[in-house]
Amino acid sequence: MAVVQKELDAAAVRGHFPALDQRVHGHPLIYLDSAATAQRPRAVLDAVVGFYERDNANVHRGLYELSRRATEGFEAARGCVARFIGAADPAELVWTRGTTEAINLVALAWGWANLREGDEIVVTVLEHHSNLVPWQLVAERTGARLRRVDIDGQGRLRLDQLDELLNERTRLVAVGHVSNALGTINPVREIVERAKAVGARVLVDGAQAVPHMRVDVQALGCDFYAFSGHKLGAPMGIGALWARRELLEAMPPWQGGGEMIDTVELERSTWAAVPHKFEAGTPNVAGAIGMAAAAMYIESLGYDAIAAHEEALVRYGMERLGAVDGLRLFGPEDPAERTAVFSFALEGVHPHDVATILDAEGIAVRAGHHCTQPLMRRLGVPATTRASCWIYNTTDELDRLAEALEVARRIFA
Amino acid sequence: MSIDRSTPQLGSLFQELILDHYKRPRNRGELEGANAEAHLNNPTCGDEVRLQLRVVDGVIEDVRFVGDGCSISQSSVSMMTQSIKGKTLDEARALAGLFTAMMHGDADAARDKALGDLRVLAGVSKFPVRVKCALLGWNALDEALKGDVA
Repeated sequence: MAVVQKELDAAAVRGHFPALDQRVHGHPLIYLDSAATAQRPRAVLDAVVGFYERDNANVHRGLYELSRRATEGFEAARGCVARFIGAADPAELVWTRGTTEAINLVALAWGWANLREGDEIVVTVLEHHSNLVPWQLVAERTGARLRRVDIDGQGRLRLDQLDELLNERTRLVAVGHVSNALGTINPVREIVERAKAVGARVLVDGAQAVPHMRVDVQALGCDFYAFSGHKLGAPMGIGALWARRELLEAMPPWQGGGEMIDTVELERSTWAAVPHKFEAGTPNVAGAIGMAAAAMYIESLGYDAIAAHEEALVRYGMERLGAVDGLRLFGPEDPAERTAVFSFALEGVHPHDVATILDAEGIAVRAGHHCTQPLMRRLGVPATTRASCWIYNTTDELDRLAEALEVARRIFA
Repeated sequence: MSIDRSTPQLGSLFQELILDHYKRPRNRGELEGANAEAHLNNPTCGDEVRLQLRVVDGVIEDVRFVGDGCSISQSSVSMMTQSIKGKTLDEARALAGLFTAMMHGDADAARDKALGDLRVLAGVSKFPVRVKCALLGWNALDEALKGDVA
């Protein structure tokens, strides 16, 4: 691996992302929507194009050179991404379309096989719909019951309430590592410890964590870890589920088709070994290769440097945005408890109007419920405006955001 | 910082009259004796409008709304209530057709004097992602006037 930098060179990093080099409505693009999807570095784009230009063939079936290369690239990518999150074994990493599909895989394959009437699934009010609705569906079909952990006034999970909810009927705790709407970093290790004490499994939605912090699934102690490629610079349509091998081996398949079988007869079939048992159909090979390239790119920058860069953005952003008249920032007050996600309400200006005014300045943010409607209701707002940063954002951009918000206030004064 | 209301595009969107209706919505509240109503929301952004009408002998005698959402959705429905009150159902439907055409960029519709003040919303058509906001109230009207209305 390349020498890891101690500090991010923001200008150099920005130069790695072709999409950032453009003007929008006459202004340089300020991309503050990385929590929705990140931009992709040149290294990822090259890896994807390189696959299609040189190695394109289907995997695990051809007996010719291109298919061998495609299969090798695909499985090497699995090993790379598995190492990236601290997995003990590449076979514990199942490729999916993204976090949503990874969670649905667990809900269907593990949930249907393991949940019974009277069992309990603990979720939190912070969850993205993708870590809530699959559990609603499986609860409806199995008779299991959903319980919900609330947040405190700063958008932090109430662990005291978790303790009250956990009992011998709890089969699963499904929790986000980092809140997509507020940026709250949840104490996953602590949650895992408490869940394990009652024998519950833990699924972690890591979509918003992996881009920002080193994740070690073994150190976390969880059972399932779901994450997406497109939030860390990989293409859309690729993601992964990590699960401990014995769990994957005990789970029935969830989708049938090619690739996931061992032998097929007219009435019945036997399954391929993990992880291929869960990968029916032609996989997203270029996506997997792109995701490995994204992981290598992030490692070349170094998580320590990324964390330092983002912490500086959090501190600067909280102060600068907090100084905008009429702005109410949601989420933890301690910068150490959050990622560089700024979710806010601007008094007198609806989030959609804020987003339109910012767009006119070339500033891309998300306005809406962020696929967290229960959380919006809990906060008592219909929607928020969310500016979310990644490795390529700068304090100058946050200045421009704050200035544009001041203009929005004046327009609606 | 260069943007302000004089930025041509933004200026055409957030006009004085639109902001005025947003801050001081007309015909807002519950309508007693309503005989037609509809409740629509936009699931992607959460904007919502509940529209109530009292229709007597084919004429909209009164109309009220309650709603929550952005300046465009709320000002549009507020202005709509003013322009359809006292109109016949046919006139209101024709106005809805004209307004929808204007939102889809029909320049002739945007020049039609029948739209009156509603023409200040013409600029929304330049912001494709906001067109659905401006149409929310009108879609509620369409929904409310479906079926048997006196």
